[in-house]
Amino acid sequence: MKQAVHIGGPAPAGPDLQELLGQVARGDQEAFAQVYDLVCGPVLGLVRSVLRDPAQSEEVTQEVLLEVWRSAPRFQASRGSGMTWVLTLAHRRAVDRVRSAQAASDREQRAARLNRTPAFDEVTEQVESRLEREQVRRCVRTLTELQRQSVTLAYYQGLAYREVAELLSVPLGTVKTRLRDGLIRLRDCLGVSA
Amino acid sequence: MSGTAELHTLTGAYALHALAPDERAEFERHLEQCPACEREVRELTATTTRLGLAVSVTPPPELRDLVLRRIATERQEPPRVAREARGAGGGGARGRALSRFALAACLAAAAAFGGIAVWQHQEAEDARAGASESRRASEALAAVLAAPDAQIRTGGLTEGATGTVVVSRTRDKAAFIASGLPKPPGGKVYQLWFDDGGTMRDAGLIPSSAPTAPVLMAGSVGAASGLGITVEPAGGSARPTSDPVALMDLPA
Repeated sequence: MKQAVHIGGPAPAGPDLQELLGQVARGDQEAFAQVYDLVCGPVLGLVRSVLRDPAQSEEVTQEVLLEVWRSAPRFQASRGSGMTWVLTLAHRRAVDRVRSAQAASDREQRAARLNRTPAFDEVTEQVESRLEREQVRRCVRTLTELQRQSVTLAYYQGLAYREVAELLSVPLGTVKTRLRDGLIRLRDCLGVSA
Repeated sequence: MSGTAELHTLTGAYALHALAPDERAEFERHLEQCPACEREVRELTATTTRLGLAVSVTPPPELRDLVLRRIATERQEPPRVAREARGAGGGGARGRALSRFALAACLAAAAAFGGIAVWQHQEAEDARAGASESRRASEALAAVLAAPDAQIRTGGLTEGATGTVVVSRTRDKAAFIASGLPKPPGGKVYQLWFDDGGTMRDAGLIPSSAPTAPVLMAGSVGAASGLGITVEPAGGSARPTSDPVALMDLPA
């Protein structure tokens, strides 16, 4: 189970994202167009998974991409890949949006979240995306039920761990631990190194 | 929250942005002293990237033009390192340059949420929707501190505290940094004023939560020759309602 399944992650053609971000940092708009092509699909997919609402998702996606442009000079490749940097920005923004909207809301509706599955089934024509999806899906299946629910509620739906605990009726400490050991198991299964 | 062992289990929740703001700040302080945790956070964050890639979609074609048009008119942020390097250079004005270097370092620390910057998440912090305004303020502050014509003056405030004011005449803006300033009495705030030849003009409040963080003074410097600080009721006043706790001349 600890064996990594490599089917080649996303392999962008042309200059890689790190290199492009370096050019963007120097104000290169053409390089930014290439960055856009590499990251927009993942950003929109992730934001949409958290927010659901298509119009809001596009709005937040635009904000994320503007942020990438603005803060490319501050990207440090030594601290993680370009895609990780971009998707961390995207997740953060989506989570902030969902939490501010949620402030006054809907405990009952949250119960419906349990039945929501991540949008693994959206169509995409890109082969590498399909492979990536297949690999992740397979690794997610290696998690225990509680690990899977905790990680997907937190990541794909942007819930805080306290909300996850409430929704699953488990102690806070248990959720903290499951988020960590769930991600560790995924890390090993996906062969992630940093 | 208590022990280190317990904090360590938060790597997963941190990588997933699932912590409450106060817990995140506490965990980030812990991260600075825990290389093993930091490494784990990096790996787990990279793992979440794979989860993100797995839900990639095909964006609507019109989004591309829209975004490319918008970036064409959007200013980029300066790299952090370059800003400090600028401040540290320049032999002739060395004293001043060093002060500005210290100010830049101070600013960098203050700009991060919770006062502590850790790693790439710092950039994520910058992206917090609610933070964009304070980020703009930080940028404006940085612009004053880094202005080629920035002039600095330091003076004594109340009770052994010192204040430093940085003025850029070309930008017509000033920044103020207090050191050792006690928190204001309950329900009160420190308010800054520009001294226009004896008339005090509102220049904004010093955040009570962080009285020693650098503040960009509100409004333009104009013909002001000095600044004053008063203690005012929460929210500030239109005119000073008490004697100044400090008065300083602005650098010429």
